[in-house]
Amino acid sequence: MTAYLRRRLWQSLLVLFGVSVVVFLILHLTGDPAALLLPPDATAEDIAKFRTAMGFDDPVAVQYLRFLKGAVRGDFGESLRHGEPAMGLVLERLPATFELAGAGLLIALGLAIPAGIVSAVRRNTSVDYVSTVVALLGQAMPTFWLGIMLILVFSVRLNWLPSSGRGGLEHLILPAITLGLFTTARITRLTRSGMLEVLSQDYVRTARAKGVAEPPVVWKHALKNASIPIVTIVGIELGTLLGGSVITETIFAWPGVGRLSVQAIFNRDYPVVQSAVFLLASTFVIVNFLVDVVYTYLDPRIRFR
Amino acid sequence: MAALPPSVASEAVALATPPRSAAEREWVTLLRRLVRRRTALFGAIVVLGVLLAAALAPLVAPFDPLEQDIGQRLKEPGWQDAQGRVHPLGTDHLGRDILSRIVFGARIALVVGLAAVLISGVLGMLIGLLAGYFGGRVDDFLMRLADIQLAFPFILLAIAVIGVLGPSLRNIIIVIGVSSWVVYARVVRGEVLSIREREYVQAAIALGSQNWRVLRHHVLPNTFTPWLVVATLDMARVIVIESALSFLGLGVQPPTPTWGGMLADGRVYLSTAWWLATFPGLAILITVLGINLFGDGLRDTLDPRLKV
Repeated sequence: MTAYLRRRLWQSLLVLFGVSVVVFLILHLTGDPAALLLPPDATAEDIAKFRTAMGFDDPVAVQYLRFLKGAVRGDFGESLRHGEPAMGLVLERLPATFELAGAGLLIALGLAIPAGIVSAVRRNTSVDYVSTVVALLGQAMPTFWLGIMLILVFSVRLNWLPSSGRGGLEHLILPAITLGLFTTARITRLTRSGMLEVLSQDYVRTARAKGVAEPPVVWKHALKNASIPIVTIVGIELGTLLGGSVITETIFAWPGVGRLSVQAIFNRDYPVVQSAVFLLASTFVIVNFLVDVVYTYLDPRIRFR
Repeated sequence: MAALPPSVASEAVALATPPRSAAEREWVTLLRRLVRRRTALFGAIVVLGVLLAAALAPLVAPFDPLEQDIGQRLKEPGWQDAQGRVHPLGTDHLGRDILSRIVFGARIALVVGLAAVLISGVLGMLIGLLAGYFGGRVDDFLMRLADIQLAFPFILLAIAVIGVLGPSLRNIIIVIGVSSWVVYARVVRGEVLSIREREYVQAAIALGSQNWRVLRHHVLPNTFTPWLVVATLDMARVIVIESALSFLGLGVQPPTPTWGGMLADGRVYLSTAWWLATFPGLAILITVLGINLFGDGLRDTLDPRLKV
């Protein structure tokens, strides 16, 4: 492992530690976690008893260490509504969220990279204009509205695709498009500007001058070099996708972590909320560390920094 | 006294109008360049329109946004009631005029947008200045904080915190404001790193200026342009987040009209009354598109090398 990766690993661990502090603090925002966790009609006596039982009278630092001890083992307490370990409930829903986020990312990459390349190679043609306008609209469109409009057209009017639930491929199409559109728009614009920049470099001109055909110039000389920022943004966009799953899953009744967390918030089931926030944030940190590993292969210069 | 020849007269007039300062000239050039980009001009017009509609909502809206009329519920766009009053975008499930609710909804969107951007912008500016100027451990610490902030799926953290604190206009502004500083901090820090090495800053330090003085007089003013671009584009993001929170029922509570809240209501009537959910979403789309185009234009004019 290079010094660079060692440093990044250390930084990632620090970030995970910070994430655990924030997740711990969510419960302590109002100053009284006991009142928050009990139903609104709990008596003052109940609250006092619960507070002692849960150790909420201890100093905050002691409470945090206890929380951390549980957290490293994946123990965030029991769900107040289901009486099961909170983390177990969240983990059960994780595959559904990964399936949706993965499909969203696949759509985004499958559409955005070709669109961005064509836009850059045929700059200022009608193809470029159409793709730019679509990307601009895609970036301005709120996810939940897009989802509702897709349901309106494809489920309510045309009756082609189901509007809710998880099942076969037909269940995945609408939510995946909804979740992926914003990312598609962003990656399209990034690919286009990255390709334009690389295509004007000297080495591209040299390749063309010595008679290399246009396709290898675009694919080998340009795309390889333009791919570095794209790999970075894929890591960052994963955060957008995981966050966006909260909204998309709610609209399409998709049984994933996002929908579970929204329900948990309305049920005041905070152990589940904490588990979900912690799990998704950790996923993001781990994926971004892996992106950095990929990065050092793509760009040897980074290894020596 | 003989009349002055015309050329001298016009020269006298020219002299009488006070000469424009350099800063003023710069603004005029900037505006001219912005206007020349048609997409930026379009964006500016949209933004101005939304601002005016929000500010003059009681004058612009044809109806009281809270006035219910069960007899007039779920009427389609262009519906004319018994008194001959037209509802251009139809009515909702309580017979309220949708256009009027959209116009008033712009107020919440813009207030949250402006206030949250101001909070996160100032916070991010301060953090970016400190990190970039002092470097070393200060920089390491602040940038790790930024990484921690970025690790959270934003909307999930926001709904968790608002779920605990309770939804209100103030809480929404604080939560969005406090957790959106990273972009500003990163951009300002990057600027400061290069400004710090410039000769005029080095000269100020060599002359014995105190740190805060160097920061305030020499560094801060030069970070304002990229900051402004980031703030403009971030405003669009905040408006989408506000409407997402309202959509989930964690925004400003009914009966106050919000775009996200209207969409959530409309979702229930999707199969019978498509206009309920369609128009508030279009309002968000057009507003966000306008801000984005204006912001892109601003960036291309002010600082084309900035990557946001």
